[in-house]
Amino acid sequence: MDTASLTRFLRLPRQPLLRHLLVAAGAGVVLYFVTVQLSTYNDYQVGEIASYIVVLAGLSLLTGTNGQISLGHGGFMAVGAYTLGLFMTHTGTNFVLELAAAAAVAAAAGIVIGLPATRLKGPYLAGMTLLLALAVPSIADKWPATFGGDQGLTVSAPTAPGSLVQEQWLSWIQILGALIVLVLLANLLWSRYGRAFRAVRDDEIAASLAGIHVARTKVLAFAISAACAGLGGALLALSTGVVNTGEFPLTLSIQLLAAMVLGGTGTLIGMVWGGILLVFLPQWSTSLSSDFNLGSGASAYLATIIFGVVLIVAMLAAPNGIQGGVRWLWAHRPRLGRGDHEAPAPVPVSTGD
Amino acid sequence: MPCATTTSGSSAVTLFLNYTLDGIANGMIYATLALALVLIYRATRIINFAQGAAGMLTTFIAFSLLSRGWGYWWAFIVVLAIGFALGAVTERLLIRPLHGKSELNPVIVTIGLLVVFEGLAGAIYGNASRGFPAAFSQRGLRVGHTAIAFSHFDVFILIAVLVLMAGTLVLFRFTALGLRMRATAFSREIARLLGVRVGPLLTLGWGLAGIAGSLAGLLVAPTSAFGPYYMDLILVYGFTAAVIGGLESPVGALVGGLISGLCISYVGGYLGSGLEPLGALALLMVALMARPEGIFARPPARRV
Repeated sequence: MDTASLTRFLRLPRQPLLRHLLVAAGAGVVLYFVTVQLSTYNDYQVGEIASYIVVLAGLSLLTGTNGQISLGHGGFMAVGAYTLGLFMTHTGTNFVLELAAAAAVAAAAGIVIGLPATRLKGPYLAGMTLLLALAVPSIADKWPATFGGDQGLTVSAPTAPGSLVQEQWLSWIQILGALIVLVLLANLLWSRYGRAFRAVRDDEIAASLAGIHVARTKVLAFAISAACAGLGGALLALSTGVVNTGEFPLTLSIQLLAAMVLGGTGTLIGMVWGGILLVFLPQWSTSLSSDFNLGSGASAYLATIIFGVVLIVAMLAAPNGIQGGVRWLWAHRPRLGRGDHEAPAPVPVSTGD
Repeated sequence: MPCATTTSGSSAVTLFLNYTLDGIANGMIYATLALALVLIYRATRIINFAQGAAGMLTTFIAFSLLSRGWGYWWAFIVVLAIGFALGAVTERLLIRPLHGKSELNPVIVTIGLLVVFEGLAGAIYGNASRGFPAAFSQRGLRVGHTAIAFSHFDVFILIAVLVLMAGTLVLFRFTALGLRMRATAFSREIARLLGVRVGPLLTLGWGLAGIAGSLAGLLVAPTSAFGPYYMDLILVYGFTAAVIGGLESPVGALVGGLISGLCISYVGGYLGSGLEPLGALALLMVALMARPEGIFARPPARRV
């Protein structure tokens, strides 16, 4: 479902902010009733999915909309999570401010990485961000006194008010965070910044001739994307309750990329699929390997193998991901005697040029 | 007092010398992986992020062969051949269909391959790091009566990498095959118009890179925590080396390998070994800011 046809179908307002807010509010209400029904453990998982969606939405903006690839978003997640951990350990300020600080520090890291990235083409950038994913945990390992070493830092969400279950309360915080980020990003992509991101992705020289400051646009995309990753990392840390270097291996960064590609590069809604995959694929593969009586050692790697195989197959066979498939189905849906033979909206191919 | 100064001075010199020798030995290995990346980049304009993991996988095959009682050199040769086959098959099956698509697609496919290789190795051999035998003694050579941080094995690394480099240079400079490969690297379309069958040459480029990757895996394994992830850092260091050298030239890969090997060794020695990846990141960022096209590549005109 692309936005235009969905808007027409549901008679949503054409004003973007209003429309995005309406959709988000609707999703919020639905999720409220869903989380009330679900078990505490499922609520916990919904919260995890929401946190991953925040990260993936930022990655989708960077790679899909702006054409810059990052293999190091796990590193930015670590920056955000450690920032939250440090604030929670040393000062007891406002929880919302602490989350904002996590996003801000990650954005600053994104600017540092984004500056040389402005001069880089795809594969160079991929290599540099790969190094970032390996370097960030090594900083935390180097100064265990500050970053808590192997133990890490403890983080905790504010206690639930009244008789609410803590997991449910936490999942609401994370869902609210995801909805806010998605509304902000959807508006941004609709604005002239979004158009500038796409213009730079499609042709840097044409974009600069059209008056777009290419370098500034790329750094901005990096900063926003890193801020999302930092915020998502901080939100996810609330689920685990602890921040340590073991949480951010290179595999995490690669799984984020895989989830983004499978969800549908460049879309925001597709990142919901990506988040679901990130949370449930390890679980599915564990049960799969117990079905096949694989050892516990092998089962840990089965998820990794499935992620890799699906990533390769998706890239070769369906580079638009799950959301691309949904859009195709929507564009080719059977029309029930409606007589309007409008051509289906062309599906934007964001990963090919 | 003067006596104390001399002692600490000489030990500082020894330390520096040892870091330098260590950096040279490691740099040769980074150069090998950089060469693999360069061979593939020349052939297909792709960075193969699975190159390190492919070397890891073939080294695990060597490990299996050795534990079945094979001799080291037989395993060595067989594994280099497997590396060639793995590279060639990868190009033919996974990379060829991506030609002409966005440059992000091959990055994602090779990353997927990296994950699959590591997952396979982990599932088959487990997570624990094992000992991998070295071909020669790893005890430091003696100069006078002090041991230096350079062993027979390091000498072997030096020779093996230099032989590989020389072989690559001879191939590219002095053979008709190498000329065709260079023509293909220069422009695929023009080479094809001149009657070069481009396809097999691309496969050959990936195969040769597979040999270099396998060699790097075999050379690193004895001195590292040999497990599914031991090539991750080598890959990014090799990438750093290749970028410093310009991604186009085998000589650049060698020089880039030595530069990054020395820098990373000094960072690890003087600032703490945990900071090596950060040092490499800083080196890469400086290199990319100062000379994005690398030392040995001519700056290309911007393509409109």
